[in-house]
Amino acid sequence: MQRHLISAADLTRDDAVLILDTAEEMARVADRPIKKLPTLRGRTVVNLFFEDSTRTRISFEAAEKRLSADVINFSAKGSSVSKGESLKDTAQTLEAMGVDAVVIRHGASGAPYRLATSGWIDAHVINAGDGTHQHPTQALLDAFTMRRRLIGPDAGIGQDLSGRRITIVGDVLHSRVARSNVDLLHTLGAEVTLVAPPTLLPVGVDTWPCEVSYDLDSTLPKSDAVMMLRVQRERMNAAFFPTEREYSRRYGLDGDRMARMPEHAVVMHPGPMVRGMEITAEVADSPRCTVTEQVTNGVSIRMAVLYLLLGGNEPAVTPARTTEEK
Amino acid sequence: MSKTLIRGAKVLGGEAQDVLIDGETIAETGTGLSAEGAEVVEADGRVLLPGLVDLHTHLREPGREDSETVLTGTRAAAAGGYTSVFAMANTFPVADTAGVVEQVWRLGKEHGYCDVQPIGAVTVGLEGRKLAELGAMHESAAQVTVFSDDGKCVHDAVIMRRALEYVKAFGGVIAQHAQEPRLTEGAQMNEGVVSAELGLGGWPAVAEESIIARDVLLADHVGSRVHICHLSTAGSVEIVRWAKSRGIDVTAEVTPHHLLLTDELVRTYNPVYKVNPPLRTERDVMALREALADGTIDIVATDHAPHPHEDKDCEWAAAAMGMVGLETALSVVQETMVDTGLLDWAGVAERMSFTPARIGRAEGHGRPVSAGEPANLTLVDTAYRGPVDPAGFASRSRNTPYEGRELPGRVTHTWLRGKATLVDGKLT
Repeated sequence: MQRHLISAADLTRDDAVLILDTAEEMARVADRPIKKLPTLRGRTVVNLFFEDSTRTRISFEAAEKRLSADVINFSAKGSSVSKGESLKDTAQTLEAMGVDAVVIRHGASGAPYRLATSGWIDAHVINAGDGTHQHPTQALLDAFTMRRRLIGPDAGIGQDLSGRRITIVGDVLHSRVARSNVDLLHTLGAEVTLVAPPTLLPVGVDTWPCEVSYDLDSTLPKSDAVMMLRVQRERMNAAFFPTEREYSRRYGLDGDRMARMPEHAVVMHPGPMVRGMEITAEVADSPRCTVTEQVTNGVSIRMAVLYLLLGGNEPAVTPARTTEEK
Repeated sequence: MSKTLIRGAKVLGGEAQDVLIDGETIAETGTGLSAEGAEVVEADGRVLLPGLVDLHTHLREPGREDSETVLTGTRAAAAGGYTSVFAMANTFPVADTAGVVEQVWRLGKEHGYCDVQPIGAVTVGLEGRKLAELGAMHESAAQVTVFSDDGKCVHDAVIMRRALEYVKAFGGVIAQHAQEPRLTEGAQMNEGVVSAELGLGGWPAVAEESIIARDVLLADHVGSRVHICHLSTAGSVEIVRWAKSRGIDVTAEVTPHHLLLTDELVRTYNPVYKVNPPLRTERDVMALREALADGTIDIVATDHAPHPHEDKDCEWAAAAMGMVGLETALSVVQETMVDTGLLDWAGVAERMSFTPARIGRAEGHGRPVSAGEPANLTLVDTAYRGPVDPAGFASRSRNTPYEGRELPGRVTHTWLRGKATLVDGKLT
């Protein structure tokens, strides 16, 4: 494992499988009456959020607390950052307080990379989403969810996603989730197809390790998982597509379309969903939709990442007390 | 009157000869010239060029003296072998009145390191809406002939047409920063494979090319000359080549950094590589070199753009655009054009002195190295090769993309009208 987690593209297959396997162990902790491990006791982690993201921040916070880390939450709003303090000064201020790891969410692509490589600080840096660049823990939790659903929690241990066909639908252009997923799923051996109107695909997407299609209906029957990306309504005003209704008709997932997917295939969404836009309520609430599982799995994945980056050599999970007593 | 004898210099890269400077002019050239009463500079096979002329410099004064002043900028120019620089108009206040251009011009004169020819804004406040008093700037002591809203594109086709027409009355030229504004909203780097991966807003080549295409057609229609600033794409080269073949009066410049660097460097997210127009692809770089060699691109201009450290020591999106270039331009041109065999030193003199002086009507600059001409000269040790050390820059700013990079060539002496501004690599 590297010192930092900046991009899903930095992970080797073995790194990624190790994180997924570790997350399985972490998931078991969640089933215990006391969902807490002493692994990061005495270590301090700051959640440095320059962008609003309640979900991701809470997920990291839950993961940190379950590993017994001391947690500092820093939200840029109303802080010195809004008074013009630079990223560098903010980071150095936090490090001066003895922070071991910085979990950073930032609106500027590359901000976590700068933080990790500019010599500003020594702490571990974990990217919790930067601009339209990367969101590696999201890709990991998505892969974890796919492996659990398509292979199984126990059968999946040590496995990658070789040969699985994953379709990612929607605003790829503005999506760090899409970028991270394409990188990680490719590393894990999956076959990825991006589906979007041409306006919402970046120039240069033809060099990515995936297929691209403009047609959702022909892709659905060949998919083991379909990941719907959020489409912000503002995009309509910038002429990315004519109207919300037209977008939904051509690229939204409704019950009829879901019926064209193979029996075993799942529907995924990184949240927050825009119901009626990219996904109908019928699909969002169906048992094939993994949205809430993804949230649960997010905590396990983030525990795994924090443990592997910070935890050293000790085993992550000591056998539960009940087994010891036997 | 003081005399200087430059002994054994390869004038424009040719056979070694002596050049005698007497007062402000070149008195004599030839071999075995008498050194009597003259200070002798042993050129020892170094290359003697006419003083370089930069048609595109940002001196930042007035307004951003924290990044550069006329003094520090002209010292940097002298250190880079320049004897004349054209100072862009995007200062605070904007150089859109006779008063501001005269101030900048006068500061250059007072400091005496390098002639400063101010460029006037095309439109009031660079806002693209209302023509600035172009005639008044031309008639001022600064005698402005080049007008540009550089940093911003004169995107309104009617305003551009009128500006092109209007300056014909006094032989002026509009230097266009070709950037279609709507196509580059939120643009952070070249749009292509790398921007797609990095998730940085794309600056597509077509945003430059479409404006150049429009403007050469406008210039043709109204019979004006137009100059294209910092041309950066292979497509732009094709358009300019076509325009020239049609007899349209267009000239174009390329920056040293666009001849050497590509957008692959942006993968570091280091804002030292953030510049406008952005670094393009390897294919563009090769097309630009070829175009500079065959004359499609007329000149090299630095787009020297100083920024204080804090404006680059941050995340990419927050960083300022631009790089300093005066003190490394000749080295980069040697690396990319001379050492590759694309251009000889006479060709370099053409593209970095004669032609830019002609485009900007810089009186007394860009003249041949021969008797009776003003002694604006620069002596280059072309055999030198070493790493770029920003700590040694005369510029107030250090935002160079070449830190630590080995480059060939070093300017050892510069003379401005016979007066040495740089001796053995040290400013006087």
